[in-house]
Amino acid sequence: MRARSVIAVLLAVAVVGFLVYGLVSQGNSRLAVGEKAPSPELPKLGEPGQGSLKEYRGRWVLVNFWASWCVPCRDEAPALTEFQSEHGGQNFTVVGIDTQDISDDGSAFAKEFSLTYPLLHDGNGDNGHEFGTTGVPENYLLEPNGRLAWAVAGPVDAKMLEEHVAPLLPPAKKS
Amino acid sequence: MTRRRLSLTLTVLAALGALLLPTAAPAASALRSELNEIEAEVMCPVCGTLLELAESPQATREKAFIEKLVKQGQSKDEIKEALVEQYGDAVLAEPKGSGFSLSAYVVPIIAFAVAVVLLALAIWRWRRAAGSRQDRDPEVDGPSDEDRRRLDDDLARYDL
Repeated sequence: MRARSVIAVLLAVAVVGFLVYGLVSQGNSRLAVGEKAPSPELPKLGEPGQGSLKEYRGRWVLVNFWASWCVPCRDEAPALTEFQSEHGGQNFTVVGIDTQDISDDGSAFAKEFSLTYPLLHDGNGDNGHEFGTTGVPENYLLEPNGRLAWAVAGPVDAKMLEEHVAPLLPPAKKS
Repeated sequence: MTRRRLSLTLTVLAALGALLLPTAAPAASALRSELNEIEAEVMCPVCGTLLELAESPQATREKAFIEKLVKQGQSKDEIKEALVEQYGDAVLAEPKGSGFSLSAYVVPIIAFAVAVVLLALAIWRWRRAAGSRQDRDPEVDGPSDEDRRRLDDDLARYDL
């Protein structure tokens, strides 16, 4: 009888455990400042091969999650391109991650806005979810060691980039 | 003469139009029904609903992508494969029958089988317990002679 009670309790604990795990894993928590950013391999957008944020270790990286169907992404794209052309180099780069988007649509967007920075394609949005994104656009500034320094859930503009990102960067050394 | 030729041309054009219209309409409706069928079987990944119910900008792009492939003559399976390539397995409303997704089909079957076995076991145990209870209880032969006599006396007394 005692063994049966133990089994029943263990089963109940297992069921509750599953429920709690389900709840916890559903609610994706946003990456916190100081936390290491996830950097899985993703297909490059508009070109063959895979890429990863790991490749940019040693540089400051502004990770921009975007999609071609997202209107605010269109609004912020010129500011990001401008910022990249001013600060991009051996110390800094913007990396755009086209998320939950048709890759051809993403490539057309990149062409339309003359995006000059590296672009990856996160078709199922898993990489974005690992960052804790809840939509697009979202922007994450990573330190050279891959840890989060600053983030904004929403579009950035030239003023925000100059105020929050530019002061953190070392003087530009063009690559 | 010119007016005659013009009227002849118009008549021929009208006849051609009449011939083309009935073929164009079924083609459009076949395209629509194929689109509807696919949209009912795939998800809008951003909205988390079936694509046929979604109206978001992402859903609009996904629908346009499907329409493009249908017009290219791709089959439903090919289109679904192309969607999985773009959005991953989560774009399929019904999980694939392979890999981890297979568990969506296998787990309910296993759970059902386990439930049937447990139920059968429980019924067998209840029946066995009822049987042994019956064995323990002595057979009741009815009232004794004395009880019978008392019952008759009571019935007679109350004149029922």
